[in-house]
Amino acid sequence: MDTTGTLGELLLTRGVSRRAMLRYGAALAAALALPAGAGKALAKGLAGAKRPSVIWLSLQECTGCTEALTRAYAPTLEQLILESISLDYHHTLQAASGSAAEEARTAAMRENPNGYLVVVDGAVPLGGKGFSTIAGVDNRTLLEETVQGAAGVIAVGSCAAFGGLPMAHPNPTGAAPISAVVRGKPLINLPGCPPLPEVMVGVLAHFLAFGKWPELDSLHRPRSYYGETLHDRCYRRPFYDRGLFAESFDDEGARKGWCLFKLGCKGPVTYNACATMKWNGGVSFPIQSGHGCLGCSEPRFWDAGGFYRALSAPAPLPKRVIPIALAGGALLGVGVALSNRRRQDASRAATPVLQLDDLERSS
Amino acid sequence: MSATLERGLNAFRNFLNAPAASFFASCVHCGLCAEACLFYTESRDPRLAPIHKLEPMRRLWEREFTLLGRIQAMLGLKPEVTDDELEQWSELVFDTCTLCGRCSLVCPVGNDLVYLIRRMREGMAASGHAPADLLGATRRNLEKGSAMGVTLDTLMAQIRHQEEELGVEIPLDREGVDYMVLLSSMEIVQFPEYIGAVARIFKQAGVTWTISTQAFEATNGGIQIGVPDIARRIVMRTVEVAERLKVGTVICPECGHGFRALRWEGEDLIGRKYGFKVQHILEVLDELRAQGRLPLDNLRDDRPLTYHDPCQIVRRGGVIEQPRNLLKMVASDFREMADHGVMNWCCGGGGGVSTLERAEPWRVMAFKRKKEQIEHLGVHTLVTACANCRMVIEEDLDKYAMDIEVVGLTELVANHLRETTSKESQE
Amino acid sequence: MNTIASDLLIWARGSGFHAALALFLVGILWRLVEIYTLNHPRRCLATPLKDGPSEGFKTVFRRFLPPPGMFMRAPVTYLGGWVFHAGFFIVLFFFAPHIEIFRALFGIRWPALSNPLIELFTVAALIAMLLVLVSRITDPVKRFLSTFMDYFGWVLTFLPLLTGWLAWHELLLPYTWSLALHVLTADLLLALLPFTRLLHGVTAFPSRWYTGVWFGRKGVQS
Repeated sequence: MDTTGTLGELLLTRGVSRRAMLRYGAALAAALALPAGAGKALAKGLAGAKRPSVIWLSLQECTGCTEALTRAYAPTLEQLILESISLDYHHTLQAASGSAAEEARTAAMRENPNGYLVVVDGAVPLGGKGFSTIAGVDNRTLLEETVQGAAGVIAVGSCAAFGGLPMAHPNPTGAAPISAVVRGKPLINLPGCPPLPEVMVGVLAHFLAFGKWPELDSLHRPRSYYGETLHDRCYRRPFYDRGLFAESFDDEGARKGWCLFKLGCKGPVTYNACATMKWNGGVSFPIQSGHGCLGCSEPRFWDAGGFYRALSAPAPLPKRVIPIALAGGALLGVGVALSNRRRQDASRAATPVLQLDDLERSS
Repeated sequence: MSATLERGLNAFRNFLNAPAASFFASCVHCGLCAEACLFYTESRDPRLAPIHKLEPMRRLWEREFTLLGRIQAMLGLKPEVTDDELEQWSELVFDTCTLCGRCSLVCPVGNDLVYLIRRMREGMAASGHAPADLLGATRRNLEKGSAMGVTLDTLMAQIRHQEEELGVEIPLDREGVDYMVLLSSMEIVQFPEYIGAVARIFKQAGVTWTISTQAFEATNGGIQIGVPDIARRIVMRTVEVAERLKVGTVICPECGHGFRALRWEGEDLIGRKYGFKVQHILEVLDELRAQGRLPLDNLRDDRPLTYHDPCQIVRRGGVIEQPRNLLKMVASDFREMADHGVMNWCCGGGGGVSTLERAEPWRVMAFKRKKEQIEHLGVHTLVTACANCRMVIEEDLDKYAMDIEVVGLTELVANHLRETTSKESQE
Repeated sequence: MNTIASDLLIWARGSGFHAALALFLVGILWRLVEIYTLNHPRRCLATPLKDGPSEGFKTVFRRFLPPPGMFMRAPVTYLGGWVFHAGFFIVLFFFAPHIEIFRALFGIRWPALSNPLIELFTVAALIAMLLVLVSRITDPVKRFLSTFMDYFGWVLTFLPLLTGWLAWHELLLPYTWSLALHVLTADLLLALLPFTRLLHGVTAFPSRWYTGVWFGRKGVQS
């Protein structure tokens, strides 16, 4: 794809005016929690940005992240920005296949030294080379090779960011987040199963405009989207505070829109922007539809004990725990009891009937 | 002379039972037992906290009867109980504890501390750490029949004196009577009026009774020293005679531990039920009162007076309401101490403490509790029903230069008897 | 990149809890058997004045209150003790998320108390615990008697209360951390309870019963 020409020029040809760009810049700056003057800078930066080459690697993934990002109900500025990147390599979306596809990848790497972006979805299996291969090359090798000349790496989705479903117990493939392999490159995690499309775009726009990622937290997530829990932004929070809970799906409380804590909502420990930005272009989000948050943007959410168990409830007990523990305790206790008895028998045997003389010492 | 540390430790081991373990496991070091103990409240010495008296025995339990404790002992983390330690503890277990039992009523986790301390005395005694004074008293109790060395001759002299002075008969060695009366050495020597009082009351009530010249002593040194084998021998003397004389009820006198020994512990000591009942003199008097067999004059003692509850009779014996019923019949201005009944404070001399010369400073200091109780009421007369309490209180009142008269309850009741002439009672 | 907070939370709610529960069951059975299989005193032969067992049963409840004249001698001990114990158990059993634990484990549930009330009891319990600690350090008897186990028991109990309260208010630490620490310290309390002073929560009741029976037979209510 032609990477000459700026993003601004491209957008102009699509009918996006400078004013629209400024408005968009302001909105995006707000979403990115940037200071007031940044809107203008963002718009200017975007206008002058070169269309970057993007290499998208799909490892152990379900393609859900790609689906989320590419489904659009109406063409928006976000979609245009997405389309403006030069997606030089994408397993699902590209037209080419076979050696032609691989040649596209290596060509992009060659022609944009230290200038291309690598987007990864899916976890990388470290347990063996045969678990996931593309064109005969195992995922790990492909990843290591591809990120060498990258300007930045985006881990899209919980699998790439934290290991996701492939890493769930018992993790037969040794799946790991890509951060286990990618070192020494600016890495950003956009967890979620899938992540919000707006998040991807906002981050991309920031990078295009300013040449770096927005402010990241300790888990390399953009703070502006992942800085608050769903719980702290949930519209049902007043019900939680007042102790009004749905006890089962479709009961009176559920129909009244009460808090879904007892039905397993993981909102309190889930950092994401679902409660504010919502899904499908701002239509709704799981809690609004009456289902508790799964915590899908948090590490190891598949192993967190059950989607329908309350956050405070422990994970289900393996059946043998209680009987074995009781048996063990009883055994130990009985062992001590028997030993105590023996000890007392011995001391009783050694005790004569006491006379007064027995109460004084000889010396 | 065969006391050894090992024998003492064996005594602990023989005792450590489920209740003791439960008590030790429950203690959370809240210190409330200390706040209930007069030795602590008057000295503020934290070593006197009741639970601390049990530390050697508790540690033995941990290191020998609990798994964790055994492991710690193997790792050298739980020191053994030593002779030196028991020697140090003698003061805590014998000198500064009267076995009054107040701590047991107060413990929030329900520990019966006095029970544990009493049983600890056994180990202390078997290892040779019982105080010499107490051993001496017990020896006299066993060999001469009286802890104070009171002989039959002394008793007879007092009996004759009472008979002459009061014109009553004191029947001796009678068979088949309602009541056999025991006496404590203290009464015989210091308060012989008790004997006369009993005689007068029983005559008016028309009950048959006797004193045995073979078994007249109620005091049981074995209990105080904590040695059941010895306590049993002393109890058996009374039992043999009482059963041989086929008496209905044996009456314990105004003596604390004697009552406890015979009424509450004797049958377990000898391993069978008695062939007679046991009652405290106050229980008998109250029964007679309730039956209308205690004719009292209508002259009530109008002195403001109060009642000291002897620990072994009230808190540890259950004779709580009877003295009050009797007092209300004979006194018009009876004032209860603020802490009264089962929560009353010890006189400081029970449990063998009054026998220990070396414990006198402790005892006198502890008496400040009783002193304050009396002063708070502003009375000059104190009634009680235990000869040891009486003796200790009188002595200590003297030491504090307090002008209080101490009266025995039985005597007080007897002094208010409406006595018929001997001619009338024969009809 | 470290995912410690959420990993800790998942472990504390999962394997950590299972291990804690197992340890608790092992410990409690072992310690109770170890204590209560020592011999029980023979039945007392002396004729009782009152029925021992029924007095014993009453004593179990009566000991929650001080006997006459004792309260003013140690008001901090009594008040602090009541407020802390009551607060702790009310919060443990009547805070809605806690009730979900019992529902998940045993299938039983009961109504919850309102959050402001829970807040009141939590704060009261925290303050009472601090007062009780100060008392333990300053009162001569308690200071003299107290050992490492007394302070350790205090810490074990204080931490879940504190971290729970901090988590609820999202104070000091991010919520995932607070919650992880709360569940972890609660697991620790559960697991170590049988091996510490806290066993008194179970053994106090038989102890009260024994004493109540012994005094009760002699006609003395205790």
